[in-house]
Amino acid sequence: MSDDDDILLDVAHLKVYFRLPRKNIFAKASRVHAVDDVSFQIKRGTTLGIVGESGSGKTTTAMAVMRLTPITSGAMRLGDTDLAALEGEDLRHARTRMQIIFQDPYSSLNPRVRAGAIVREPMDLMNIGDPADREGRVADLFRKVGLRPEQQALFPHQFSGGQRQRIGVARALATQPELVVCDEPVSALDVAIQAQILNLLRSLQDEFGLTYLFISHDLGVVQYMCDEIAVMYLGQIVEYADRISLFTEPLHPYTWALLSAVPSADPATRARADRIRLQGDPPSPIDLPPGCRFSSRCPFAEARCVQETPPLRSIRPGHAVACHLVSDDGVPPQRRS
Amino acid sequence: MAERLLSVEGLRVEFKTRDGIAKVIDNLSISLDTGETLGIVGESGCGKSMTALSIMGLVPIPPGRIAGGRILLDGEDLLQANEQRMREVRGNEISMIFQEPMTSLNPVYSIGNQIAETARLHEGLSRADAMARALEMLQAVGIPAAEKRIHEYPHQMSGGMRQRVMIAMALACKPRVLIADEPTTALDVTVQAQIFDLLNDLKEKTGTAIIMITHDMGAIAEMAQRVVVMYAGRIIEQAGVTQILTDPRHPYTQGLIRCVPHLTRNPTVERPPLLEIPGVVPALSQLGSGCAFAPRCPYADAKCRAEMPPSRAVDSGHDVACWLTEREAAA
Repeated sequence: MSDDDDILLDVAHLKVYFRLPRKNIFAKASRVHAVDDVSFQIKRGTTLGIVGESGSGKTTTAMAVMRLTPITSGAMRLGDTDLAALEGEDLRHARTRMQIIFQDPYSSLNPRVRAGAIVREPMDLMNIGDPADREGRVADLFRKVGLRPEQQALFPHQFSGGQRQRIGVARALATQPELVVCDEPVSALDVAIQAQILNLLRSLQDEFGLTYLFISHDLGVVQYMCDEIAVMYLGQIVEYADRISLFTEPLHPYTWALLSAVPSADPATRARADRIRLQGDPPSPIDLPPGCRFSSRCPFAEARCVQETPPLRSIRPGHAVACHLVSDDGVPPQRRS
Repeated sequence: MAERLLSVEGLRVEFKTRDGIAKVIDNLSISLDTGETLGIVGESGCGKSMTALSIMGLVPIPPGRIAGGRILLDGEDLLQANEQRMREVRGNEISMIFQEPMTSLNPVYSIGNQIAETARLHEGLSRADAMARALEMLQAVGIPAAEKRIHEYPHQMSGGMRQRVMIAMALACKPRVLIADEPTTALDVTVQAQIFDLLNDLKEKTGTAIIMITHDMGAIAEMAQRVVVMYAGRIIEQAGVTQILTDPRHPYTQGLIRCVPHLTRNPTVERPPLLEIPGVVPALSQLGSGCAFAPRCPYADAKCRAEMPPSRAVDSGHDVACWLTEREAAA
């Protein structure tokens, strides 16, 4: 695909904590550890997927990368730019290089603005290209995302959900960004429409060499879209691997459980005896248990898991896992015995 | 052992709109045996939820109107029943789990109270007995520390817990039919798996028949024995779950199965593009005389656009409404 060293986004030790209101004035201030020491890199022209359940911090990570939420600590580089240090006008200009596609195409488009103006607005704000050419570029973007240029005059409510998401995609591409963050871009759409948007995102990636940070809870979608995948649980990455390794040899018990929880249309998969069923809900990210955050739901947890936090360690090139119980040669607990 | 519990025969539901009469459900017939799970699949706007509301007698009239058909529960036509009888049926013999566990619970009553209300109304239990029943139900749906949580309010619970409360409430009077309208779409996969296990367990223990409404073929495979595929208010295909998944005949069913990226345990480097179903579900007022799927169908010809295909059996228990299978049968 691209050069091995061509890293577009480099995030290191990112932390995002939110302060909670005190219960009373003498109480200790508590914090939500929404994202806790997360590091990842995305190569230019590839897609990194972040999967996890609600509350795992995947959307907060995306928002932090977009600088839409204040970060507590950590470093982020977009190409040569130190993204974490940018402020004011510099930050505003850096935003031309990164854009976001939101989850809900109903609430992310202004209902009072015509579709063409929605797509044109980023170009006007960022002063991109000659103002006289912008009209042509909007029409061009409409064609690229599978809308007709004459639909520019319509208002968002005159489009279906899938078409609105196409407008969202066109708006994200208007500034010719390098990085596009896709925050659950299809989960609000009807099943039959999801395929249209996913195929569109992939063909646009090929055409413009886009780099995607793709947030989703749907493992099937992630498997289809992403080159590398980070699995998050309660604000931390528990497993990080390329697409083939993650799905053929999941190492972390949580990844395993996620994969086995997905309802399958294939009878052979359903009959597998090694499926894990998790009990209960994830614990609250406010009062985190010591040790491994997954230990309270992990069927294999040992005494060590409750005491020590497992580091994210590399098992094979390109496959890292944060679990005490995965042996150094890569045998996960669910494969033993 | 299995006996016919519920059958819907030739149901028609119409809505009066500004653009004229919309046939929301057109000539729908389904049947349900005891202890069976029937899956209803389709995109939004194809009449799945309206089917559920019709069975519950909850179609808003007006603008809605039941234009024809019968809904038989043990031989009794629910469409002829008066409102008092329907109140006895709802929650007692047929109950429903709604899609949004966040908004379907009353925020100002404790969950114990809400579950007990059902039992008190239908079975005339005393307050104390009803609370005991509520506790029993909460334990049955696997809520930890049920004695403590029975006094909690909906906002104190997570989405998965609330959906369990909804299920507990729906099952409080041991209904014979449970309608689950997208019961897990708002939930995480691991919690969804727990809810599916729970529903399957309860079905085995109590013999409750389930109508499961969803757009997720995976969920259907996991839960249902028989599947009905709906499009624009009509049944277009109906078969056993294995037949639907391995040998779907209608182009729409084929599309629904193939347009979703299914998770596989041995992915290949090659990622062929997903099959797309072009366009969107048509507005019901725009339906012509032909097959409703024709404008989106890759195989459609002049006949498809002109005439509605009848439903025909292609295999035992496998019915399809498509001119394509008609042509194959003739050839």
